[in-house]
Amino acid sequence: MANADTTVRGPARRWVLPERFRGVGQTYGALIALLLLVLFNLLFTKNFLTEQTLYVNLTQVATVVIVATGMTLVIATGGIDLSVGSLMAIAGALAPIIFLSHIPPLENPLVGNTLAFIIPVLVAGVFGLFNGTLVTRFQIQPIIATLVLFIAGRGIAQVVTNGNLQPFTNPGFQYIGLGRPLGVPLQVVLMLVIVALFAWIMRVTIFGRYVLAVGGNESAARLAGVPVNFVKLAVYGISGLLSGIAGLIVIARNASSDANLVGLDMELDAIAAVAVGGTPLTGGRATVVGTLLGALIIQLIRYTLLVHGVPDAAARLVKAAIILLAVYIQRQRRS
Amino acid sequence: MATVPASTSAPGVRQATTWARAASLLQRQGVLIALALLVLFGALRYENFLSPYNISTVLRYNSMFGLIALGMAFVIMTGGIDLSVGSVAALASVVAALMSPYGLLPGVLVPVLVGMLVGLTNGVIITKLNILPFIVTLAMLLAARGLALIFANNTSVGVSYVTDFTYFGQGDLFGVPIPAIVLFAAYLIGSVVLSLTRFGRHVLAVGGNEEASRLMGLPVDRTKIAVYTLSGALAGLAGVILAAQFGAGQPTEGLGWELSAIASVVVGGTLLTGGMGSVGATLAGVLLLGLIFNILNFENGRGSISLSAYWQSVIRGSFLLIVVLLQNRLTRRDRR
Amino acid sequence: MEQAEPLLRMESITKTFPGAVALQDASLTVARGEVHALVGQNGAGKSTLIKILTGAHHRDGGTIIFDGRQVDFHSPQQAQANGVSTIYQEVNLVPFRSVSENIFMGREPRRFGLIDRRRMNDDAKALLARFNIHVDVTQPLLTFNVATQQMVAVARAVSFQSKLVVMDEPTSSLDEREVATLFDVIRQLKSEGVSVIFVSHRLDELYAVCDRVTIMRDGRTVESRPMSEITKLELVARMLGKELGEVRRSGATGFGEGVHHAEDQLLDAEGLQRDRVLQGASLSVRAGEIVGLAGLLGSGRTETARAVFGADPIQQGEVRVDGKAVRFKSPRDAIRAGLGFCTEDRKTEGIIPHMSVRENLTLALLPTLTRYGIVQRDKQQAIVDRFIERLGIKTSGPDQKIRELSGGNQQKVLLARWLCMNPRLLILDEPTRGIDVGAKGEIQALINELADGGLGVLMISSEIEELTEGSDRIVVLREGKTVAELSHEQVTQSAIMGAMAHGQEDAVPAASAAVAAKEGQAGG
Repeated sequence: MANADTTVRGPARRWVLPERFRGVGQTYGALIALLLLVLFNLLFTKNFLTEQTLYVNLTQVATVVIVATGMTLVIATGGIDLSVGSLMAIAGALAPIIFLSHIPPLENPLVGNTLAFIIPVLVAGVFGLFNGTLVTRFQIQPIIATLVLFIAGRGIAQVVTNGNLQPFTNPGFQYIGLGRPLGVPLQVVLMLVIVALFAWIMRVTIFGRYVLAVGGNESAARLAGVPVNFVKLAVYGISGLLSGIAGLIVIARNASSDANLVGLDMELDAIAAVAVGGTPLTGGRATVVGTLLGALIIQLIRYTLLVHGVPDAAARLVKAAIILLAVYIQRQRRS
Repeated sequence: MATVPASTSAPGVRQATTWARAASLLQRQGVLIALALLVLFGALRYENFLSPYNISTVLRYNSMFGLIALGMAFVIMTGGIDLSVGSVAALASVVAALMSPYGLLPGVLVPVLVGMLVGLTNGVIITKLNILPFIVTLAMLLAARGLALIFANNTSVGVSYVTDFTYFGQGDLFGVPIPAIVLFAAYLIGSVVLSLTRFGRHVLAVGGNEEASRLMGLPVDRTKIAVYTLSGALAGLAGVILAAQFGAGQPTEGLGWELSAIASVVVGGTLLTGGMGSVGATLAGVLLLGLIFNILNFENGRGSISLSAYWQSVIRGSFLLIVVLLQNRLTRRDRR
Repeated sequence: MEQAEPLLRMESITKTFPGAVALQDASLTVARGEVHALVGQNGAGKSTLIKILTGAHHRDGGTIIFDGRQVDFHSPQQAQANGVSTIYQEVNLVPFRSVSENIFMGREPRRFGLIDRRRMNDDAKALLARFNIHVDVTQPLLTFNVATQQMVAVARAVSFQSKLVVMDEPTSSLDEREVATLFDVIRQLKSEGVSVIFVSHRLDELYAVCDRVTIMRDGRTVESRPMSEITKLELVARMLGKELGEVRRSGATGFGEGVHHAEDQLLDAEGLQRDRVLQGASLSVRAGEIVGLAGLLGSGRTETARAVFGADPIQQGEVRVDGKAVRFKSPRDAIRAGLGFCTEDRKTEGIIPHMSVRENLTLALLPTLTRYGIVQRDKQQAIVDRFIERLGIKTSGPDQKIRELSGGNQQKVLLARWLCMNPRLLILDEPTRGIDVGAKGEIQALINELADGGLGVLMISSEIEELTEGSDRIVVLREGKTVAELSHEQVTQSAIMGAMAHGQEDAVPAASAAVAAKEGQAGG
């Protein structure tokens, strides 16, 4: 029945934050944390307030944010996508094959590079749709459905390239990773455009409402005429597309594609950014801007520790603590 | 007294029961049947497939995954998940390498204790702070890896060959590799614990309906903490074998092991939502996925085809897909 | 029958939650071997009082004397160990585990440290036999029907040597036959000297099995009397806190007396079949009339509605709208054809809990409020404002999250979700279930008004009064099949119940449950 009060719990043995700390922490927690970090660095880090520092941090975080944006949508529908790193590897493996091939039309750099952008991203999108199909048509739990491509996807990329490193020099293609229109790294621009686009989509479009409705209460959404399967298919497809773009950025930056390494551990970084940003893993709520903030926090902490001589290994411990802390503060709102 | 028997004699109910039985039989035995077929295929096709050498190689190598999958199976049966196992194994391998100069016993026990401690931490945070297991163990994945790198100073740590530590990974007892003995012992104990002890019943009850378990007075939190501790301990044991087998503690090993372990558990027919599962089928799931690599090697050895080792992930993924699709069909029909 | 010393005496219990007083001077006295009804509207404090008794909540003040001792239980487990067991509305057992495991979960008999399965099964069998229930105790619980599961819960409770069994709405998911079985079990308990506290919204059940009733309102206990000394009407009046005359004048429901002017045929469903759930369900609805859909639980009422609405596929049969055959592949198609469907279970199939009242209200309408995929906020706002006002939805504003609203107001938002579509046919599945009496009357009056305005309504209800007073016609389902259609003149409570139980209109009144059960078994 409807009164939410009917669940009986055992005696309260959970540790709970004091009431007055909750409200602030939930709404602006990520932003405040980020500002504090910036403040700390302004005071204690030399040369922090330089263009270079800014861009170093932003370029390092760009691919995570792009992937995490798609992950935010997937998680908002109550799902998860473990395959993102593998899809990055697939896209990364395909692009050099296309622009290095000797088929006549592809030898034209313009045609070759254009197709090298489009086809890998589309292929990654199609693999995303495959995930979506497993989740919708076959009703397989997202974590298992995407585990299939997590395992097989990287294998596909390795098989395609025979596991070899594909080095290349292709300024036209590498512009996506190295280009700096007006001095701003292109990948940063891409990241901001993608975040803005999807934040806007979630805020004002019917699709955004539908994503949240599906994650909030799937059967209710279906009965209210929401095209549930289409929505889910779409978010996994979007996640695939964005992973594809991220994969291209990574290989352009490295001037080589290594199917064994591209996008490795990306699913964890993306999920961490989403969680720290304030999107609960249970679905029905989402903040794309929060995800951007979450990724920036994680990156800035790593940077801060590194600059102050803390080894990378120890930075991982801090990252772990931040994830837990962020989720702990957010989950108080449910109690 | 005009009492009405509440027996369920409606045909629909009985039908569902038959289906539930058939489905659970296929879910449990399906993986065994598939494993038997794969072994049969290998035995008929390759000369040395059933040779003691090959068998011990397969068991020796897969013992690590088997131990991790066993812990994972218990965690999943409570409806949880443990993403930290791969990092914990790496951490334990480093600790084992560092402890190996002090002898076999410290080299085994201390890493297992470290694993237990990590698992205990997972369990306490999950139950007391009430945070999703996915997130907690994800954080622990990062933390354990960080600890491993710190302890190992960012490189792999060689084990001591002066003591008999490596015996644990490379030695045999009555011709059976020690890791295989450890593996089978663990599964035997695990199987008894699951089906014949209160703890085992509670694990399945908590996964089946946590709220009800709480109201029934079961020690829900303690059960959960226990499974994560168990998972950590088994991951620690896997780390010991890793170090003993390859002669080094490897802080960067174990990437993605957690997801492979989940795949094995799922292939073994354990429901990811908890409440239902089998220890024996989990082992079958591990061996099934492990044998794919072995058979690929043999096939390449025959020279009739040449498939790179990279195909194994593709094949494993496809296998997982097939199993999941089949299970899905069965459980869906069961629901009707 | 009262004894000198009661089993339970709760006195002057108070409990305050942040921002609200839940209990104020509540008292409850239960004699040994007594079946004691506890009634009140939603929010009257029944649940809180029970949770304090069973240790799930802690009281702020007052005393509890149980079995001659002052007690203070800190957890349900502790209460259970001391002889107070609770059975909850939804069966709270573990579905995949066997019947015997469920009964002995947490205190399994052991030999040499391992579980002694044979003894566990034998004991479970013996325990259930006490209630004349004979099932294979080694089968997973989920293979049995809800009633049997409920009995297993009772058996578990009793196996703790309970002196008092608290049943919190145990019948809400049982059909009549199953309720009869439960009542036999209650009588058996009583004969063994065990006391029972029985909470239910269904007044008839109280009279069937309870000795005494305590009525709660606004966190206080307002009355405690023997069941035989209070009429149903008085009971309702005391719960509502209204004068007797007022209740009688307005009837028990918010529906008026009048018949609506039925117009053109709107919906025809004929011979719907799906698996074993639907086996020839037929009904028709004309514009401007309310058609009641009656039947016991499991008779296929909700399934019929879902099939009509395109939520479940049908294997045979035909649905016609305006005389034209349609085949809805999904609810989307049905919505386009002008249908709406307010579901039975608000929480799982109605509200999107974390979304605002605004988004919940306009969820189905969104496609028409959208241009180029972008939602037009001003249009949306106008509609939301209109319906909040028209239905009198009590909310702090359209941005409030729907889960923060009371049950009645949530239901109004869900009604508005369909009304703003300007539908031609509205299917209402238990539109007033779990809603307090005040909001209930408002919603019933609204349904009436809508039908007057030309809307066709198909109303599923388990409350006979709602059906008899609200419907112009009643279609009765039994085992997935339409077995009777009663015109307004033919509608009487006994006619409906007869059809539900026996498949014909003129049969036995007020269902002697044992007969119904036997008939059911012979049929099955």
